[in-house]
Amino acid sequence: MKYFHLIWAALFRRKTRTFLTLVSITAAFLLFGMLDAVRISFDQAGKSANGAQRLQTGSKLSFIQPLPQGLGEKIAIVPGVKSVAYANWFGGAYQDPHNQVFTFAVSDNYIDQFPEVQVGDDARKAFTNTRTGILVGENLLQKYHWKVGQQIPLQSNIFPQQNGSKNWTFDIVGVLHPTDQSVAFYGQIILMHWKYFDDGVMKGYNNGQVGWYVIRVKDVSQADQVAKAIDAVSANSDHETRTQTEAAATASWMKQMADIGLIVGSIMGAVFFTLLLLTGNTMMQAVRERTSELAVMKTLGFSDQSVLATVLAESVLMVLIGGLVGIGIAAVLIPLVSASTGGMLNLPTVGADSWALGIGLMLAIGLVVGAIPAWQAMRLNIVDAFAGR
Amino acid sequence: MNFLFNLRVLFLLILALAVWALLPWSAVLALAMVFAGWMLLSRRGQQAASVTGVGISTLRQRLGSSSVVVIGIAGVVGVLVALLAMGEGYTETLSKTGSADTAIVMRGGSASEVSSVLNRDGIVVIEQATGIARDKQGKPLTSGEIVVAANLPVKGGAADDEGSVQVRGVGEQAWVLRPNAKIIAGRTFQPGMRELVVGQGAQRQFIGLQPGHEVKLGTQTWKVVGVFASGDAYDSEIWGDESVVADTYRRGSSRTSVFVKLTDAKALDTFKAALAGDPRLQVDVDTTLNYFSKQSEGMSIVMRRMGLTVGTIMAIGAIFGALNTMFAAVAVRAREIATLRAIGFRGVPVVVAVMLETMLLALIGGLVGGLLAWLIFNGFTASTLAAGTTGQLAFTFKVTPQLLWEGLKWALAIGFVGGLFPALRAARLPVTTALREL
Repeated sequence: MKYFHLIWAALFRRKTRTFLTLVSITAAFLLFGMLDAVRISFDQAGKSANGAQRLQTGSKLSFIQPLPQGLGEKIAIVPGVKSVAYANWFGGAYQDPHNQVFTFAVSDNYIDQFPEVQVGDDARKAFTNTRTGILVGENLLQKYHWKVGQQIPLQSNIFPQQNGSKNWTFDIVGVLHPTDQSVAFYGQIILMHWKYFDDGVMKGYNNGQVGWYVIRVKDVSQADQVAKAIDAVSANSDHETRTQTEAAATASWMKQMADIGLIVGSIMGAVFFTLLLLTGNTMMQAVRERTSELAVMKTLGFSDQSVLATVLAESVLMVLIGGLVGIGIAAVLIPLVSASTGGMLNLPTVGADSWALGIGLMLAIGLVVGAIPAWQAMRLNIVDAFAGR
Repeated sequence: MNFLFNLRVLFLLILALAVWALLPWSAVLALAMVFAGWMLLSRRGQQAASVTGVGISTLRQRLGSSSVVVIGIAGVVGVLVALLAMGEGYTETLSKTGSADTAIVMRGGSASEVSSVLNRDGIVVIEQATGIARDKQGKPLTSGEIVVAANLPVKGGAADDEGSVQVRGVGEQAWVLRPNAKIIAGRTFQPGMRELVVGQGAQRQFIGLQPGHEVKLGTQTWKVVGVFASGDAYDSEIWGDESVVADTYRRGSSRTSVFVKLTDAKALDTFKAALAGDPRLQVDVDTTLNYFSKQSEGMSIVMRRMGLTVGTIMAIGAIFGALNTMFAAVAVRAREIATLRAIGFRGVPVVVAVMLETMLLALIGGLVGGLLAWLIFNGFTASTLAAGTTGQLAFTFKVTPQLLWEGLKWALAIGFVGGLFPALRAARLPVTTALREL
């Protein structure tokens, strides 16, 4: 530590060069911070303590195939099941058919399965008591400037009402506030009553069916067994089910969306390879032009090891400064990006994991980059260096 | 004074970059020709050429630092081209699906096939409309189709890993309506049987889709009897007989969409008007070409934006890398440049020489990056859950000449910015100071 000012002075010996290199490093780690946030948001979707208690049961045939509503009662008596809720895809759109708003027609207790989505007690009561009531995600409410108490029309792009019209009318009775990143999705959806939907929809379109069940289990460690028991209920019927934990189901969707790990991995590979060469070149230059200074240091009695250490420390320090600034900028930028998409893209801010991984990378890159110049500095022969050989 | 000068340069630079981004290749070629003419014919230009020659001849001594520019820019161009090629491949797969002389009919207001429902009576009415081509027996060329989904085990996943594939129940005329789709292995399904033909893309993604194998859709066992290739979005689907598929999915006699062959592309309006004028129907009509192209819009924009964002951040890094190298190069040659100016060379040739050198390095970087992206990613297969479909859509990355050109333009722009400031410094440094340096 006592050599710190020496290292610092060496680093800023050529201000322009160090500054230019730092900006390159910053850009690389800014990219790292942002892409890592994307990767993590894909990785962690559906993974939370509450999520682990939930199972999703859908038709084995495919996710668009409905299940009978009566199945819910049979699932409820399966040992280990705490509560059963169900939902249907409604396919809502606001004002323009292409302006899609995720809307689910849900059972009255659906929202109780998601304790991490906060709904006020009054809103909860109002929802139960209002046939046409809906709960609206907070981001959606902001986006369309809706207010609680307002009546809004939604078109369904699948389901017509009894009279053939696809325009449904709803009353906003409350707001959904997701309190956890893993359920951020609930900030952008609408929940309506399944009963209102099933009663109102044209004959032949739904017939008392539900899209999927959301089940809470009593004991998380029993989740897999319970899932198997639930699927056994409908085995060999014409509506066999497939039950997964929420985490597994979400992970499977995310994987089908894109192999984000591969994309992020390849980009970062290219970026860091380039960065290695760039900072490596800077460090080589820095040591080359300091040859005589290093020789003076050695003449004064600095050991070979401490010369090696100062050069290594210099390169690590350089990458650390640039990298920390880069991830810092990413941490500021990510909420802004999320906000500018109106909640459509919800990225977590740079978390402890990303910081740790980033700092690890900085140290590694700094050491690799500094290795050759530091080795050269250590092997420097005082006489040769002064003679300019 | 100095500050004002820099500000002016920065402003002009932004303007130049904006113009550069919009410039078509023909204009760039013309610009290059004019520039070459200037170098060959005018006195100033010849001076510039000779100074550039000296600079480039010393490049070999600065191999290490020059390669930083090349590799830095190659990295930017490679990543940029690869990401844009992903969007390009996705868009192309969807936009070459369908044709201008086939139309798709869905229930009014449906965002996509899977959310549309047409009942038997409606389909009969649609099939009688004017504008539909007929076969030799005078039967209208139409296919009432049903689009659903199935869960199948995916290749390379865990034992329990299932993916969603789009299942299309089609009529006999489906093959006439899609001349691209050809059976490449096995045979087509027989009407009324639980038989499937699978697209080659779906076959690559899911386990057990070889002819002769059996797959389970829910509780039922289906037999795979053939593989078809169409080179577009249909490649990711599996097809079966419409009535059997409808039966399996308990859809009765309803269908999701009707595909019709029009007498020609111009008949769309007649056909549309005929359906719109019928009070029994509430449907949307579009050409299949339009329908599938529209499905790709949202996702393509997202992919392109992602590519450009990543490219921009990387480009900033590369610009500063190039600046660094070129400032160092100019510093090493400060005395040489000052000498040139002392014996009467003006500023312009010096600026041009440094800029040309940087842009040459950038050009090499751009070519290397583009070549790498092309070698590694052209034809690379990926898949995603596409908007408006219920299954995974497989597509291949497409590194088009257009994208390579775009990459080169980026490379040259990075080289331009990276060379400009060191060039100006070289030209503006007072001769006496520079001569005394080092």
